[in-house]
Amino acid sequence: MSTIAVFIERRSGAIKRAALEAITAARSHAQRVIALEIGSNEADVLADYGVDEVVSITHALLERYSSQAVAEAIAQWAKSRQVATLFFGATAMGKELAPRVAVLLEAAYVPDCVELTTSERHLEAVRPLYAGKVRATVRPLTERAVYSLRPNMFTARPAEQPSTPERSTFTPTLSQEQCRVVVTDVIRNEGKLDVLEADIVVSGGRGMKGPEHFVLIEELAAVLGGAVGASRAVVDAGWRPHSEQVGQTGKTVSPNLYLACGISGAVQHLAGMSSSKVIAAINKDKDAPIFKVADYGIVGDVFEVIPKLIERIRALKQSSVS
Amino acid sequence: MFVMTILACISYVPDTAAKIGVTADGSGLELGGAKYILNPYDEFAIEEALLQRERHGGRVVALTVGSDAAKEILRTALAMGADSAVIIPATGLDSFGVAANIAAYAKAIDASLVLLGRQSIDHDSFQMASTVGALLGVPSISVVSKLEIESDRVRAERDIEGGKEVLEATLPLVVSVQKGINNPRYPKLPEIMKAKSKPIESVEPVAVSPRAAMVRYQVPQLKRANKILGDSDADIAEFVRLLHEEAKVI
Repeated sequence: MSTIAVFIERRSGAIKRAALEAITAARSHAQRVIALEIGSNEADVLADYGVDEVVSITHALLERYSSQAVAEAIAQWAKSRQVATLFFGATAMGKELAPRVAVLLEAAYVPDCVELTTSERHLEAVRPLYAGKVRATVRPLTERAVYSLRPNMFTARPAEQPSTPERSTFTPTLSQEQCRVVVTDVIRNEGKLDVLEADIVVSGGRGMKGPEHFVLIEELAAVLGGAVGASRAVVDAGWRPHSEQVGQTGKTVSPNLYLACGISGAVQHLAGMSSSKVIAAINKDKDAPIFKVADYGIVGDVFEVIPKLIERIRALKQSSVS
Repeated sequence: MFVMTILACISYVPDTAAKIGVTADGSGLELGGAKYILNPYDEFAIEEALLQRERHGGRVVALTVGSDAAKEILRTALAMGADSAVIIPATGLDSFGVAANIAAYAKAIDASLVLLGRQSIDHDSFQMASTVGALLGVPSISVVSKLEIESDRVRAERDIEGGKEVLEATLPLVVSVQKGINNPRYPKLPEIMKAKSKPIESVEPVAVSPRAAMVRYQVPQLKRANKILGDSDADIAEFVRLLHEEAKVI
C-alpha cells in the first residue's frame, strides 16, 4: 500500500471535509498520498494535510461536472501511474463516482468503510450491513481497490508538518460519448444546514404532535448550531420535507450528537442514525426503544423539557463566550 | 419505430425488522427465520418503469438475480403491471457479480432504460447504478427523485447534501430511484391472481470472478453510556452537563 490516491471533492470551491478525512486515513496506510483534483486549485489546505502530490486533471469536457467523464479521467490517470488504491468520501458524489472508477480499473469496490486495517498486505475495511445490525470485514480480491469512507467516521487531522506537494497535470483522452450525463444546475436548500453535513442533528418525531410544534426543534437545533431532522412518520404525514428524513428510507447520518425528540426509535429509524458518535433522546415513554441505544436520555414531555433545555444550553453558550 | 425497453431490477432482501446474527466463529451470517421482502426502494423502480411506459410506450421487464424464492417479488412486479419477468438463478455472488449479470441481461435485451432502487437494504452500498452503467459503457444517475424523458433526452433531479442536482443525459441510461419520485401502486386482487400463472423466464447466469470477499462478521458492540434521567430541572441541568463535560459534544 505504498501509494493511495484520494479524490478531492469540492463544492462551491471548498474542499469537503469527507476528502480531508480520507486524506488523513490514507496517511496512516500509505507512504505516499496523492490528491486528485478536477481542474486546478489552491493547494494550501492539501499541504496542511500533508499530501505528497497534487494532480490536476484538466480537460475541456470536464468544465461541467459529469460523473461518467470524471470516472473515466480518474481511471485513465490511475492506470497511467499504476496507482492501485483510491479513496473517496462516501458522499452523494463519491458514492456515485467510486463504483464507476472501480469498474473501469477492474478493481474491487469497498463501499461505506467505517474502519480500515492492514492485514496480510491487504487493506481491509469494516463496513456496516443490514442497517448496522452487523459489520463485515471486506477484503479486496483484486490487485486494485477503490474505497469509499463514510463521512465523520475518520477524523480529519492536519499533518504535524505541512508538506510541499509536488504538482502535476493530467489531461485524459475524452470524447463526447463519455460525457453523456452532465450536471446543469444545483438547487440549494437555502439557509438550511443539511442533516448529512451537520455535527449536531436534532430530530423530531410523532411525539411533537403537529407541524407547528417543530419551531421547538428548530430553535433547539439553532442554539446548538445543528440541523433539523425528522422521523419517517412526520415526513409521511407531511409535517416536514423528505430532505430532513433520517432512517431507512431517508438519510443515514453519523453526527457527533444525535438528539431524538419524541421519536420512539423504530428499527427503521435506528438504521439511519445508530453510527452517531453520541445519541441523546427525550421521550415521555421510558420503555421507548430509542433509550436502549442512547448515551443520555430524559424521560419527560418534550413540550416541557425542550424549552428548559434551550434556556440551559443558551446560558452555557453565553458563559463559554464571555 | 423505436420501442423503449425498460428493465426494472429488483431484489429480495430480509425485512428491516429481521434479526440478523453472526455464527460463533464469525465466518458467516445467521439469517434463519428472516422474512424476505421486495426491497422497499425497488417498488419505486417498478412504478417508475410503469409510469415511463405509460408516457412513452414500450415494455417493462422485471429482473431479479437470486434464489428461486425471489420469484415471489417478480410476481409482485407482474401484478403491478410489468410485461414480463426474468430470474437469473444465482446466489452467493458479490455485488460485482450481481451487477455483471444485470448488465449482461440489459445488453441482451437492448434496454434503453435500466431502473433500480437507490440501495438494497441488505448491503446499503448505493453502487448498483454506477456499476451497471460502467459495465454497459453508458451514463448512470443515482438517487433520482425526478425523471423526465423526451425522445432520447433525459432530465433528472438527484438528491445531494443540502439540495438537488439537475442533470441532463441521453438514453440508454441507468438510473437508481429515491423515495418521493412516485407513489407505487398497490396491485388489485385480480391482478395478483393473474400474476400467479404468468410465466417467469429463467436466464443462465454469467460466471464472473468475485472482486471482494467478506472475510469476517461481527455484531457491533453497543458501547452506549445509557444514562437515562428524569425531567426535573436538576435532571435537565445534569443532561446538559453530561453532553458538555462528559461527551464534549456541545
